[in-house]
Amino acid sequence: MVNTGVVDGDTEMTVTRRKFDALIIGAGGGGLRAALQLARADAKVAVVSKVFPTRSHTVAAQGGVNAALANVSPDNWHFHMFDTVKGSDYLGDQDAIEYMCRSAPKVVYELDHFGVPFSRREDGNIYQRAFGGQSQDYGGEQAARTCAAADRTGHAILHTLYQQNISARTHFFDEFFAIDLIKDKEGYILGALALEIETGEPIVIEAKTTLIATGGAGQLFRTCTNALINTGDGMAMALRAGVPLQDMEFFQFHPTGIAGKGILITEGVRGEGGYLVNADGERFMERYAPRAKDLASRDIVSRAIAIEVREGRGCGPDKDYVYLKLDHIGADIIKKRLPGIRDSAITFAHVDPIESPIPVYPTAHYTMGGIPTNRHGQVVVPEKEGPEEPVPGLYAAGECACVSVHGANRLGGNSLLDILVFGRAAANHIIEYLNEHRYHRQVDDDAIDRAMARLARWDKGGDGESVPALRAEFRKVMEDHCGVFREHEHLSTGLEKVHVLRQRLQHARIKDQSRVFNTARIEALELENLMDIGIATVASALARTESRGAHSRVDYSERDDNNWLRHSLYFEDGRLDYKPVRIKPITVAPFPLKPRVY
Amino acid sequence: MRFSIYRYNPEQDDKPYMQDMELQAVSDEMMLLDALLELKEQDESLSFRRSCQEGVCGSDAMNINGRNGLACITPLHSLSEPVKLRPMPGLPVVRDLIVDMSQFYQQYRNIKPYLIVHDPEPDVERKQSPEERDRLDGLYECILCGCCSTACPSFWWNPDKFLGPAALLQAWRFLADSRDQAEVERLQELEGPYRLFRCHTIMNCVDVCPKGLNPTNAIGKIRHLMLKRSI
Repeated sequence: MVNTGVVDGDTEMTVTRRKFDALIIGAGGGGLRAALQLARADAKVAVVSKVFPTRSHTVAAQGGVNAALANVSPDNWHFHMFDTVKGSDYLGDQDAIEYMCRSAPKVVYELDHFGVPFSRREDGNIYQRAFGGQSQDYGGEQAARTCAAADRTGHAILHTLYQQNISARTHFFDEFFAIDLIKDKEGYILGALALEIETGEPIVIEAKTTLIATGGAGQLFRTCTNALINTGDGMAMALRAGVPLQDMEFFQFHPTGIAGKGILITEGVRGEGGYLVNADGERFMERYAPRAKDLASRDIVSRAIAIEVREGRGCGPDKDYVYLKLDHIGADIIKKRLPGIRDSAITFAHVDPIESPIPVYPTAHYTMGGIPTNRHGQVVVPEKEGPEEPVPGLYAAGECACVSVHGANRLGGNSLLDILVFGRAAANHIIEYLNEHRYHRQVDDDAIDRAMARLARWDKGGDGESVPALRAEFRKVMEDHCGVFREHEHLSTGLEKVHVLRQRLQHARIKDQSRVFNTARIEALELENLMDIGIATVASALARTESRGAHSRVDYSERDDNNWLRHSLYFEDGRLDYKPVRIKPITVAPFPLKPRVY
Repeated sequence: MRFSIYRYNPEQDDKPYMQDMELQAVSDEMMLLDALLELKEQDESLSFRRSCQEGVCGSDAMNINGRNGLACITPLHSLSEPVKLRPMPGLPVVRDLIVDMSQFYQQYRNIKPYLIVHDPEPDVERKQSPEERDRLDGLYECILCGCCSTACPSFWWNPDKFLGPAALLQAWRFLADSRDQAEVERLQELEGPYRLFRCHTIMNCVDVCPKGLNPTNAIGKIRHLMLKRSI
């Protein structure tokens, strides 16, 4: 025990300290893939997670992971790269996209070697299904590139990676909530302050490197596919440590959440032959995407559904959803390839998709933006030397990061790929960093003060607004003002509202002041994170006066490459800056800008 | 709707007690977890784990009207009043509906729940026929919620020595995987009077599994394989 000298009222607090080579915050697929690489390289690695690792949200990924294995259709990583660049509406960085698509087959084969129970083809190879935005030959015939374990691919991958980490004897801090990063005066990140949820005790985890792998912030919106834990904790921590957030205006709405509930129904349903119909029984995607139809990219399908409903062709008594029809693909395929979503449809929509269509509506799903990194997972910020200078000791990977491989719109099946490729890449770079930085830097007590103050703020008792009420109001504002379709007036009032809510949160109180497993305190800390991310999202959306990918401005309906082919950077003080898209790949010729049609 | 909920905060309470709570407006569409989230708005000190809300993360397992299940996929209208909620039995209670699952996880780790392969790695995937892969169905889907093991009397009596249905289901998952090469070691480690053989086929595990899995069947298959190996 070390006395940090932090004084809160009359009580002097002592804080336990632990030292590791590498700290990983978050135990989803990205964090666990990185942890495995580091543990196998004999680095002393600690994984901090606010939930037991297999409860992380990777577990909910359904459809699969993209890799040009060519097991089903002719394929190579160049086609995959083209589709990803196009899918990103040209906002993706082509060096990172090349790196990801080239690495994809290798990381998927590794998963098989780790034990992932992929579905199989007759020849014994991994089964691959068609997914949105996939093509052969640069925009030609539909490709089948998504490697699947039935419709439970995320579950299969997450559990397998956790199992491999058991084998590698990774050190886990299960049910520890990270409060803030620790940064010294020279700008090095030296670990984090965390709270042991079960005891309520703070702990300082010192590390030569820190990898943020905390996932997305789907809880920003009232209706979402995301787990309750997806509150953008790592992004908010980075923001507070002086790192801007990149491209936060790009938030993906998944076309097929169960209407009114948001429960995810995988794109794999359409990949297996399912399609969408409106109240007239019309297969309406033919009008919006004549070639790709139901397998156009997600932003396009989501907007199409929203338009069908808005123009009065929605289904049901309130005409507020469309149907996802799959009974025609047959009970055998549904039971074999889509058993999980069949369960979900029966449980939450009370329909068996073998017999009846599923009512669906677009639902908040994925944070394309996040902590800016390069393709080695290093967090990069604008400095005098250039727009992308690494923050020493700090890394990010997965949904919390913005490499950017997804640009303005992520393709289905590329998120599991992202976490694997960049979790692994970050770990490899960390191993190099550890070779060059063999000793821990000194962590001064005052570097911990700010994080301790963040924790102490909620120890104030007394009267104040309630956290759940503010959370509900905030998520409603986000949904109303920053949804599928956006417009200046609405975004500006939305921004004012979220700022006011953030102010009100300063005066909120929790009545429960107990230490042991105080979930009310955790929820308060999460809401602070979420609101900071929400402000970044609305502010970035208000500033971008064009429509690109998932960011659809009614008042600026065209893509504007002259002014907006650039990444947004939102800083904690509300300032916005921009940096160029990395158009140049590593080895191949760039894919030139084109109108995006499917 | 009326609820009777197990409450225990070790900082305040000498012993656990049941607290009556009530929700005015409940809809047919609500799951038990939705109700718990609303009850928590009434009393923020009510503590339970939760995350995905769709039955895949395994966080919100609890004892619901005497039977283990996941709150997020239990429809409220299927429950009789007052709805009695208790932590899963047999494990130490941390607070309210939250149990200390260390022992459960330890038993999972004990079965070496990872693929063991001695051959060099090929450049591509290891082949596995659809039929070989089918053997993993009903096994790999486990979400480690703990419903089965904490419904098992054998696990209650010997949580340190009997592996319990969840761990044994995973033991069979790796024995059944055509890619795994550690059959002999795995079977050896399941020998003895407790680890596997404390299962008395009471089948509570099968009854409560929220994913419809069948640990008893898996245990039977391990026994069968042991027998086959011994003759």
